[in-house]
Amino acid sequence: MSGSNIERSRPQSPNIQIYRPQLTSVLSIANRITGVVSSIAAIGLVAWLVAAATGPNAYAAVQSVLASTFGQIVLFGATFAFFLHFCGGIRHVAWDAGYGFELRAIYASGWAVVAVSVVLTVATWIVALFMAG
Amino acid sequence: MAQKHTRSPLGRAIWLGSAKEGVEHWWRQRVMAVALVPLTLWFVASIITHRGSDYTVVIAWLKTPLATLMMVLLLIALFYHTALGLQVIIEDYVHSTIKIPTLVLMRLGCFALAAAGILAVLRIALGG
Repeated sequence: MSGSNIERSRPQSPNIQIYRPQLTSVLSIANRITGVVSSIAAIGLVAWLVAAATGPNAYAAVQSVLASTFGQIVLFGATFAFFLHFCGGIRHVAWDAGYGFELRAIYASGWAVVAVSVVLTVATWIVALFMAG
Repeated sequence: MAQKHTRSPLGRAIWLGSAKEGVEHWWRQRVMAVALVPLTLWFVASIITHRGSDYTVVIAWLKTPLATLMMVLLLIALFYHTALGLQVIIEDYVHSTIKIPTLVLMRLGCFALAAAGILAVLRIALGG
């Protein structure tokens, strides 16, 4: 179709191939990506609950997947994705309430989101591993 | 006359603006997000506490009234928030004829997963 060719040759803005990544834009897309990752993790939560309701054998099967090295790496990633989305969400609600729009505040809250999600992820796993041991 | 709204009276009367329900979508996503703050923190804390617990301990925990209630509320808020969020992502990136089927499948999927999760929790809570 000739119409689609004309559409394709149009310049696009922002041109993400040459646009320098910034904390603001990276956290913006990260909030979407971590939301999608958390959605996939939510499927895992339902699978875990259904297995628990089915019986000990089904539960043991799901637990063995979660306890494997692969399962633990996925769970660690999901924990970080969840906390990044969680902290990013609080930042969004603050913006919605009308706070933190100054450039300094935007960068301060952005770095706070990164730092707090890393700390919460590591803290969660340290506490979890200590209590299991 | 002082105008309290940015939309004109005629525009309001004939329902113009933000696809008519844009504010409702935005508001519900925020309400669910606020509800998810205590619900997800409770869930993470509970999972940390039960790491390494065997089947009977986990079932006994899910049978407590607080855990049953919090888990059902978590599933409702989580999948409502998920459906609203994924809807925006699909609307932004999917423009072909599969856009509407994708939106419908996503909505039905979120509903089915929430129902499956809630039924599993209730089966554990009310089962013998």
